[in-house]
Amino acid sequence: MSFSNIRREDASRAVIVHAILLTYTLVALYPIFLVVINAFKTRKGIFKDPMGLPNADTFSLEGFTKVLAKSDFELFFYNSFSVTIITIVIVLLLAAMAAWALSEYKFPGNTVLALYLAIGIMVPIRLGSVSILNLIVDLGLINTLTALVMVYVAQGLPLAIFILTEFMHQIPKDLKEAARCDGVGEFKIFFAIILPLIRPAVATVAVFTMIPIWNDLWFPLILAPGDGKQTITLGVQQFIGQYVTDWNAVLASLSLAIIPILVLYLIFSRQLIRGLTSGAVK
Amino acid sequence: MADLKLDQIRKSYGAVDVLHGIDLDVKDGEFVVFVGPSGCGKSTLLRIIAGLEEITGGDLMIDGEVVNTKSPRDRGIAMVFQSYALYPHMTVYKNMAFGLKLDKQDKAAIDARVREAARILQLDQLLDRRPSELSGGQRQRVAIGRAIVRQPKVFLFDEPLSNLDAALRVQTRIEIAKLHQDLKSTIIYVTHDQVEAMTLADKIVVMNGGNVEQVGSPMQLYHHPETRFVAGFIGSPAMNFTKVTIDAVEEGKVTVAIPGGIKSVLPFDVPSAAVGQQVELGIRPEHLALGDVGELTVSGVVDVVEKLGDSTYLYLNLANGDRVTVRAPGHSRVKMGDTVTASAPAGAAHLFNGEGKAFTKVDCPAEFSADDI
Ligand SMILES: Nc1ncnc2c1ncn2[C@@H]1O[C@H](COP(=O)(O)OP(=O)(O)OP(=O)(O)O)[C@@H](O)[C@H]1O
Ligand SMILES: [Mg+2]
Repeated sequence: MSFSNIRREDASRAVIVHAILLTYTLVALYPIFLVVINAFKTRKGIFKDPMGLPNADTFSLEGFTKVLAKSDFELFFYNSFSVTIITIVIVLLLAAMAAWALSEYKFPGNTVLALYLAIGIMVPIRLGSVSILNLIVDLGLINTLTALVMVYVAQGLPLAIFILTEFMHQIPKDLKEAARCDGVGEFKIFFAIILPLIRPAVATVAVFTMIPIWNDLWFPLILAPGDGKQTITLGVQQFIGQYVTDWNAVLASLSLAIIPILVLYLIFSRQLIRGLTSGAVK
Repeated sequence: MADLKLDQIRKSYGAVDVLHGIDLDVKDGEFVVFVGPSGCGKSTLLRIIAGLEEITGGDLMIDGEVVNTKSPRDRGIAMVFQSYALYPHMTVYKNMAFGLKLDKQDKAAIDARVREAARILQLDQLLDRRPSELSGGQRQRVAIGRAIVRQPKVFLFDEPLSNLDAALRVQTRIEIAKLHQDLKSTIIYVTHDQVEAMTLADKIVVMNGGNVEQVGSPMQLYHHPETRFVAGFIGSPAMNFTKVTIDAVEEGKVTVAIPGGIKSVLPFDVPSAAVGQQVELGIRPEHLALGDVGELTVSGVVDVVEKLGDSTYLYLNLANGDRVTVRAPGHSRVKMGDTVTASAPAGAAHLFNGEGKAFTKVDCPAEFSADDI
C-alpha cells in the first residue's frame, strides 16, 4: 500500500467522524437554538412559525419584560446560583480529599469503601426521595436551601470521588515521595501539589456536578417549594398553567437561565488543559 | 553531616523477604555506592534509609540516634529520584524553594540558598522556567539543586543518571564528584553502572538477593573480591571463570589442574583437605596477554573479535567448552577462527571454593593488590 492510499483512507475516516459529530452537535443544539429564538418573538410569532427567526413583525421582548417585572426572577436566580456554587465547592473539597485518602493511603477496608462509594453512581438518589423528605422534615430543614445543598452534595459525591481517585492514581508516586523527603506535610502536599496537578479533573467534575443541579426540578419541588426558596427551574413553572401557558415568559426565563451555567462552564473548561504534568518525571 | 549505621535491617512485603539483615557503617562525608543486579533490593534499602519505607526489623541510626520511626523530614535526608520528580507546575526557583518555605525561614535566607545552589549547578539562567521547558540534564540538575538547598545530613541518589545519554552521563557524573568534594557531605548512591560506582565511590556495597556480598573501596573489590559473585560483578568485561581440580597443596602454594592437562602452581592458602576438590579459577580479561608469557596459560579458537580502538576483546572457545575473554592491544591482527594462546601471571589469579568463597592469596604482587591504594 502506498503512502497516498493511507492518507486518503485517513482523510475519509476523518470526514465520516466529523459528519457524525456535526450531526450530533446539531441535534443537541437545535432545541436550545429554538428556545432562544422563540424567546425573542411575540406569542403569535411563536405559534405561527415556531422554526423561523424573529423578524420585524414578530420580534418582541415581552417575555423578558414579563419575567423580570412580574416574577421574582432575581431571587430564583440567586437561589439556583448559591445552591449550585455551594454544592460544587463542598463536593469538590470532600471528593478530592476522599479520593486522596482512597488512592494514597493503604488502610483496612480501603477497597470496600471505594466500592461502597461507587455504588452511589449506579443507584439514583431519587429512589430515596421519600426517606429524604422524612429526614429533611425531621431535621426541620424543609423549605430551606440547606436541604437542597445537602441532597445535591450526596448526589454529586460518588461520581466525583470515582473520577478524582482515578486521576490521583496517575500522579507519579515519586512526586509525592519527593515532597515527603522535602519535609512537606500531608495537607500541604494535597493542596500545593496534588490539587494543582489534577486541576483538569477537578474542572471536569465541577461541570458534571453543576449541570444536573442547575437543571433539577424534582428536589426543589419536594424539598423547597415555598415562597422565596424556589430555584429557577421551579420558578419558571409559575408561567406554565393547566389551561394557559405563557410561552413568552417560559422561553425567556429559560434563555436567561442558560447564561450563568454557560459562564461557569466557560470558566471551568479553561482549566481543562492537558499536559499539565509534562516535565514532572521523564 | 552525619554517620549512618544500619544494624540487621530487614524488610518484607507480606510474605516476601526482600532484605535479609543488612549491616553497614557509613562514616561522615563518605560517598557510598550500592551496586547489584536488578531486583536485589538497592532501591528498597535506599528508601528505608529515606524513611519512605517501613523497617520490618533491625535499627537504622543517624548520628547515633535510632530513627526507625522518624519521618523523612526529621531524618535530615534529601533524595534525588531517578525520574527527577520535579513539581511540574512550579518554576525551577519554586521547585528548589518549596521545601524551604515550610521551615518558615526568612525570605532572604531562602533566596540566598536557592541562588547559591543555582550558581553551583549553573542553573542561574533557568530559574524562571518550568520543568517542561528544560532538557533532561537540566532537570536532573534542578533535582540535585532541590536536595542541596535543604543542606541535608545525608544525600540519597537512586540511579540519578540512568535517564541521561552517554555524554551527559559522564559530564553529570563529574559534576556529582565535584559536588561531593565541595560539600563534603555524606552521599549514598544507587547505580547499575560499573563506571559510576568505581569512579564515584569511597566505598562500594555490592548487594545480591537482599544481602550484602562485600563492602570495600573500589580497588579492594577489584583486586580482592571475597566471593565469586563480586568477582564476576565488578570489572567489565566480566572476569573469566573455569573449573579446575586441586592437585596438591603446600604452605602458601596450590597446584591446580587446568582442563587440557596443564598444571599451574598458584600462590593461595588452601587447606590440605581440599585436595581433589573442584574449585573455580578466575582471571580478568585485562590480565591475560597474548602469547605464552605467564604461568597460567589457556588456548582456544577465537569466536568473536570486538575492536574498541584502544583495545580489542577476543572471545575464545576453550577445548572444554568454557569461554574466555582476552583483552588484546588495539592494533591486534587476530581474526575470527584463529587459534591463540593467552597467559597471565599466577598472581593475577583468583580461586573460589565450591560455595563461591575466595581463597586467600599470599604474597600478592603490587600490581594485583589494593593495599597501598
Ligand atoms: N511494594 C512491593 N511489594 C512487593 N515486592 C516489592 C515491592 N517493592 C519491591 N519489591 C521487590 O523487592 C525486590 C527489590 O526491589 P528493589 O526495587 O529494591 O530492587 P533494585 O535493586 O532497586 O532493582 P533495580 O536495579 O531494578 O532498580 C524486588 O524483587 C521487588 O520485586
Ligand atoms: Mg531500583
